[in-house]
Amino acid sequence: MSILSEIIGTVKDVIDVARSTATGMSITLSQIPKAKKTVSYPEEPVTIFQRFRGEHMLTRNADGKENCVSCFLCAAACPADAIYIEGADDPRPYAERETQDHRYAKIYRIDYGRCILCGFCTEACPTDAIKHGHNFEWAVYTPGEMVKDKEYLLKNFERDKDLNIKLV
Amino acid sequence: MPIDQQSIQFFVGILLKIVILFVIGLLSPVGMNWVERRALAFMQMRLGPNRTGPFGLLQSLADGIKFAFKEDVVPLAANKWLYIFAPVVAVVPAFMATIVYPLGPKGVDIPFAASINSFVYSLTGIQLNLSTMDLHVTSFNVGLLYVLAVTSMGVYAIVMAGWASNSKFSLLGGLRSSAQMVSYELSLSLALVGVLIQAGTVDLVKIVEMQQGTYFGFIPKWYVFVFQPLGFFIYLISAIAETNRTPFDLPEAETELVGGFHTEYSSSLKFAMLFMAEYVNMLTVSVLATALFLGGWSGPFVSQFPLLAPVYFLLKVTLFMFLYIWLRGTLPRLRYDQLMNFGWKFLLPVALLNIFISATIALFAY
Repeated sequence: MSILSEIIGTVKDVIDVARSTATGMSITLSQIPKAKKTVSYPEEPVTIFQRFRGEHMLTRNADGKENCVSCFLCAAACPADAIYIEGADDPRPYAERETQDHRYAKIYRIDYGRCILCGFCTEACPTDAIKHGHNFEWAVYTPGEMVKDKEYLLKNFERDKDLNIKLV
Repeated sequence: MPIDQQSIQFFVGILLKIVILFVIGLLSPVGMNWVERRALAFMQMRLGPNRTGPFGLLQSLADGIKFAFKEDVVPLAANKWLYIFAPVVAVVPAFMATIVYPLGPKGVDIPFAASINSFVYSLTGIQLNLSTMDLHVTSFNVGLLYVLAVTSMGVYAIVMAGWASNSKFSLLGGLRSSAQMVSYELSLSLALVGVLIQAGTVDLVKIVEMQQGTYFGFIPKWYVFVFQPLGFFIYLISAIAETNRTPFDLPEAETELVGGFHTEYSSSLKFAMLFMAEYVNMLTVSVLATALFLGGWSGPFVSQFPLLAPVYFLLKVTLFMFLYIWLRGTLPRLRYDQLMNFGWKFLLPVALLNIFISATIALFAY
């Protein structure tokens, strides 16, 4: 009697296993023709949120003058100590100088080997001179290339418009 | 012994067929690996490798080239000679098994035989008399036993690799692997006994020939349909365990053992050989399943167009290989005690039961 019930139990187990395996296999097979989650990035744009904190950009005002007044607030706010600034004075009148204020940043470097993209610098900035762009293509060959200078960051303002991304 | 034209032609033909099977064996890991990566990726909502060549077809080839150019590292504490020989011991038996693949029937007319004969004559002045060929290398009378004997040698390679690497992961992987392969080889062989009782021969070509034709015009005379469905399922399960594939891939359980017995084979050609041996063994068990249970090369219109035979055969093998990938995409890995319990306490008694049933049927039906 006990042997019989054992055999019946085993047969039930086998049927159970077969059914669950068949269910699982039908699920995996049904996934094959479905649309994939992978985005073929260089060919297709990636979807990125408007507030994405990508590589920084230094902004200019409506007259094309740099907004940065070299107040060092961003460098002070930076928890990773990634920002290096050297300020200078440009005594020329507004129309002739490159910058909004006579006080400007002669050197403005961000070390992306240190930057943690927390966004504190953009919050600290009184003139909205530094903002986060949406660029995320940062691969470089040497550590030195990770330090971006002022010219590069200023151009990021323009570069941000032709990124291969879809903003939502 | 005089060397006449006929025997030279015979030996050249056999050599050609061996070379073709060898190339199939060499290329199958490449194609199989690509299919596996892509199919697995598709089952997991990914795309898989799709950058190297059209649809990523050249990915495995690129990996092979990478293997060839990587530094050949032999661990300092390893047993150097065993470490080097283990991949060879793995790959040689795997390829030895390929010669009994019954790709097609005997005596198939060679297409354009007359024009080939005249072309060779006009080119070299040698008068060939090609007319028919066998679509298999040999049809010798211990075919199945030969395959079983030769593929069993693969266990030695895994034990050697695991031991000679002198690493904990490798040793555990090799230990698990040998235990698993030895236990499941029993049920694998016992599952085949049912077929042997029914066919009355161990010659793979003859076994396939006996499965030609249909019952009542629509049920093929394949052993999977007639009297051996249980044997087929036992064979299926133990073949997966025998080739160390998911859900029985404990020997190379990535999550526990890094790579199992091939942990220390760091992407050199030696690793490529172990990898190739694994895939050729998969091919061999698929071929055995096709030949013994799925009617080998039989299919519609094969008697009229015998050249369709290899196509049907390879199609069935491919379907079987896809089943492997499909299972890998679906099932999680078993625990070690579950594996051993399943092998010894369930699969082995059921295989014996299958032999009993087959013998009873054979007693009354023939």
